[in-house]
Amino acid sequence: MQVNSPTWGEPDNGAGDRLGDEFGAGVIIRRVEHRGELTLDIPVDRLLDVCGFLRDHEGYDLLSDVTAVDYLGYQGEVAGYWGGGSDGRDINHYSHSGKAAVPEAAGPKRFAVSTTLCKVMTVTDGNHRRLRIRVWLDDNESISTLISVYPSADFHEREAFDLMGITFEGHPNLRRILMPDDWGGHPQRKDYPIGGEPVQFSDEV
Amino acid sequence: MAVTEPRIWPTQKVLQPTPSELYPSSDNPDLLEINLGPNHPSTHGVLRVVTTLDGEIVVGLKCEVGYVHTGIEKNIEQKTYWKAIPYVPRMDYLSFFSGETAFCMATEKALELEVPRRAEWIRVLFQELARLHSHLVFLGTGSVDLGGIALLFYCFRARDEVLDLFEMVCGARMHPRYCQVGGVADDLPKGFEAICRKFIPFMRNQLDQYDELIGANPIWLGRTKGVGVLSPEFAMQMGLTGPNLRASGVPYDLRSANGGYGAYRELDYTPVVEQGGDVHARFRVRIEEMRASVDLIEKVLDGMPGGPIISDDRKVVLPPRHELHTSMESLIHHFKLVTEGFTVPAGEVYAPIESARGEFGFHLIADGGPKPWRVRLRSPSLVLLQSLAALCEGVYLADLIAILASIDPVLGDVDR
Repeated sequence: MQVNSPTWGEPDNGAGDRLGDEFGAGVIIRRVEHRGELTLDIPVDRLLDVCGFLRDHEGYDLLSDVTAVDYLGYQGEVAGYWGGGSDGRDINHYSHSGKAAVPEAAGPKRFAVSTTLCKVMTVTDGNHRRLRIRVWLDDNESISTLISVYPSADFHEREAFDLMGITFEGHPNLRRILMPDDWGGHPQRKDYPIGGEPVQFSDEV
Repeated sequence: MAVTEPRIWPTQKVLQPTPSELYPSSDNPDLLEINLGPNHPSTHGVLRVVTTLDGEIVVGLKCEVGYVHTGIEKNIEQKTYWKAIPYVPRMDYLSFFSGETAFCMATEKALELEVPRRAEWIRVLFQELARLHSHLVFLGTGSVDLGGIALLFYCFRARDEVLDLFEMVCGARMHPRYCQVGGVADDLPKGFEAICRKFIPFMRNQLDQYDELIGANPIWLGRTKGVGVLSPEFAMQMGLTGPNLRASGVPYDLRSANGGYGAYRELDYTPVVEQGGDVHARFRVRIEEMRASVDLIEKVLDGMPGGPIISDDRKVVLPPRHELHTSMESLIHHFKLVTEGFTVPAGEVYAPIESARGEFGFHLIADGGPKPWRVRLRSPSLVLLQSLAALCEGVYLADLIAILASIDPVLGDVDR
């Protein structure tokens, strides 16, 4: 089947193997392949080493994206609907958008930070591969910043801090980027209330 | 665009301590700090650039963004997939159709839904028109920033023709919401092809005129040549994609990389590359890209296949309107799709496309339900603003305006 969107190239399992050789088998907690995209789950404290290795030895020279995801309530049951379950789409089958559709635990912890890397200038065989490195975090856990490896991580990490409250250790300028500096809370979190926010600048003077 | 001689690139270092901000190195008490923006015509939106000047030389710079942050990512989490589509073109409002297409492609990838061939070709047609639109606004407003008013009116006249084509096919001039998960919302109307074909020579003629206006203009060349030079290695480090990267000589374009996507796979596109890396090259690469877009539009019109314009998967795509009067099944499908939406299998996908300003990607995390669990928009503008400080180190304030215009950020895309 031909998917309309750009391919990620062949899943780069070789890079995963070489990562295992370099840092020991424990560096890759699991490999997930979904729709032709390879995701490597790695321990939090190895992120910098792994990304440095991928840049210097595997040729991943472009940091494409840094995404933080809050999985709070991902397995919980939320409002149901007639839309099918894990077996596929079926409008005659009642299910929930949470647990019923996801048979196994999504991840061990609340937050995931996915880093998508891409090969651009180092490509010799015309195959611009992509690879996703993912770490899992709990509340109050922090990860090291990628600025020393990929300088373009700067704004991505500031955004993840601003909207999701992920702390990047060693980031020289970890301030809010999109929300006002005095904003309370991190709006992209799942426990951030929707609606009913105070209207700014409406206080009596 | 053959390389005539090996180019010696300037060495650019990533700024320390933070790569996106420049701090003055001296404690000269005469330094002047000025706010460029947030409301300033040369910032192309609401961008505040806090600059520190030593005389007329920029010695400190930082970008403050977020003035038009509207929480689109959070909003999309509350919407079913196809109700989220109208949000997307409002981010990058110059290259609006790219956003819609990227979101639909990400959803299709998560669904493993196949799109009919004709829909892919129509999408390419309008992606190229949106690219034309974006580059025309870039060229017009960019030339105003450099002091040439005339080009703005020419560019906006041509832009209007592009918008007329959008209006003809979907009724809206901007933010068309024409792309649909599984295809496009409607077929091309009668007479569209004839008008579009008339547009092609008009646009080619216009582009030649723009070239004549600025191509040999000594003031233009003096303002742009050798200003804000971006080496390819530095561009890669700072994550630049799109025309800005290609202006530094890196032939990376998602329309051709890995064979392209959608109908670009059949159209055999060759990326436009310039070697200069300066403001001039960034203007050149976009003008040449407009020519390439017009060629692509002609190719698409020549080779437009027939057939359906949207997938026939009734669990995802609305049934045709006329069936609702005769078929109970269709009515049920219609009702279910409109009230509850379709479900997308759990998983994480990232689908990037080449918008007018680079890699525009949707990172979609689906939980198996009818609403996305999380959507992350990888917008090219946010990334390219980071390199502004390093580019503007030690330049004149007037050159800062030229550099900012040449990297072409759209603030709706930055802030989302």
